[in-house]
Amino acid sequence: MSDRPMIHLDRVTKVYPGSTVPAVEQLTMDISQGEILVLVGPSGCGKSTTLRLINRMIEPSGGHIYFDGEDVTDVDPDLLRRRIGYVIQQIGLFPHHTIGENIATVPKMLGWDKKRITARVDELLDMVGLEPGQYRDRYPRELSGGQAQRIGVARALGADPAVMLMDEPFGAIDPITRDRLQNEFLRLQAELKKTIVFVTHDIDEAIKMGDRIAILGDRSVIRQIDTPERILAYPVDDFVDDFIGSGSTLKGLNFERVSSLDLSDYPTLVEGEDPQRGLQMLDDANREWLLLLDREHKPLRWLRRADVERGGRELRQRGQHIRAEVEPNATLHDTLEEMLNESTGICCVIDNRGRYQGVVEINDLTEVIRKLRAEAKEHYDALEATSV
Amino acid sequence: MDGLQSWFSYVFDRWDDILEATLQHARLVLIVVVAATVISVSLGIYIERRPTLRNAVLSIAGIFLTIPSLALFALFIPLVGIGNPPAIMALFLYSLLPILRNTVTGLDEVSPAIVESARGMGMNRRQQLVRVRLPLAWPVIMAGVRVSSLLVVGIAAIAVLVGGDGLGSFIQGGLTRLGLPGSVESVWVGTVFIVLLGLVLDIVFSVVQRFTSSPGLRI
Repeated sequence: MSDRPMIHLDRVTKVYPGSTVPAVEQLTMDISQGEILVLVGPSGCGKSTTLRLINRMIEPSGGHIYFDGEDVTDVDPDLLRRRIGYVIQQIGLFPHHTIGENIATVPKMLGWDKKRITARVDELLDMVGLEPGQYRDRYPRELSGGQAQRIGVARALGADPAVMLMDEPFGAIDPITRDRLQNEFLRLQAELKKTIVFVTHDIDEAIKMGDRIAILGDRSVIRQIDTPERILAYPVDDFVDDFIGSGSTLKGLNFERVSSLDLSDYPTLVEGEDPQRGLQMLDDANREWLLLLDREHKPLRWLRRADVERGGRELRQRGQHIRAEVEPNATLHDTLEEMLNESTGICCVIDNRGRYQGVVEINDLTEVIRKLRAEAKEHYDALEATSV
Repeated sequence: MDGLQSWFSYVFDRWDDILEATLQHARLVLIVVVAATVISVSLGIYIERRPTLRNAVLSIAGIFLTIPSLALFALFIPLVGIGNPPAIMALFLYSLLPILRNTVTGLDEVSPAIVESARGMGMNRRQQLVRVRLPLAWPVIMAGVRVSSLLVVGIAAIAVLVGGDGLGSFIQGGLTRLGLPGSVESVWVGTVFIVLLGLVLDIVFSVVQRFTSSPGLRI
């Protein structure tokens, strides 16, 4: 079976001794090869426990864990962990080892030869953007928080594990550095295609990092697991809705691009054409603003009927100048932002040479949102229909 | 001035005896401290994660320190006779607590995140101890060793009372002949050379500490 999940949790349960309520209850979940699955939920929901069950830092009380089809519920946990990268919020670099030695920890345990280890250390330092010659022989205390977490990631990647577990890896880092580390990590992941389980309590981080997101409730029960787009478009219940919070619609617009829209016709007038023709179009379309283009079809000005009729100066000096312009690869979120800055409320779409392609208006966006919701709902209805 | 001059001439006249006693004294201290380090560190590792045992052992090691030294030295005579052996045993008991306590504290203070990441990378308990926890606790343990060595250098002067050797012989000899020529000088020789030996040993151990700790741990 080629689409066998990389990690398969089968009714995994954790009950702590002396407690009657399970911390994790009958959790079944598949994580595909090469995806980032984000576990997100309110504090105390058991998301970290769930993560630590996967590399058996916490031993499950019931259920089975499979790696690439192999049941690892009962293998030696130390050997299992050497096959899994593990990154924690506090990083936990070894202060008495050099940065190079830190990164070499797992390869050394696996008995790699010296030359291979040295080459791997330098490769990883390069990969996380720290000059090997400069950093290899230094000690962790000389690193900033952001650099230390880069080394934490490099160390987890040491022996090139197929699976990485990351427990709020960027949680303790200032927002600006965090954003940069997230972007770097996504870029790295696009190359490496590791199977990653990522825990966070921050829904925005989950949306940014996740190929899929699992929203967990009490006892690590999955409330919804899906792509960020679909979760934002269609939270299945109040719990999920509350958790993703206000602004979910806006966040959802980050996933859609202008190129996916059918750009509607809009009244335009090219310089040198008969202004009367423009006014006629304005009337036909029952619009307020006429878009003036230059001879190369680059947008010039917004004109009202009065601006056209008044005469006097050249057309390109009348009306209002254009503030909102986006290219087709812009997200709808950015497009909305542009639109809000434009007094006409209309955003011009231009190609990469600046030529007019069409316009986006607010009702185009509401239409997209409506469509996304309908699609997501259809998906869930279909899911329900097949499960019944 | 006269006193100082006669002291120096005393030292000069008996230089060979003084040197020999100092070396004997140093040997006594080193035997005790090395043995105490080996035993205390092993014991410390064993008790660190066993709360009941740990409290019991630390209390007992503390009680040893409160036993009057004169009595403790004498207590071992029936067991091992007179000479250096009872002295070594008594000094050994005194030197346990600082090393033991610092071993436990040093291991305690290793950040849980570091142990978690060691475990998360697949180190077994022994590897976690040998490669991570002990090296990180080592500077703290060595600080305990230095305290013990200073403690033992001073108390070792009493070894002479149970037939042991060392610089205590100058102090005892001086005291028994108090009033006679050279008696005060003799007491001072014992005292001064014990203090000097203490300083030298402390410097030696601080150098050992520096060279056996990772440069990554220097502040």
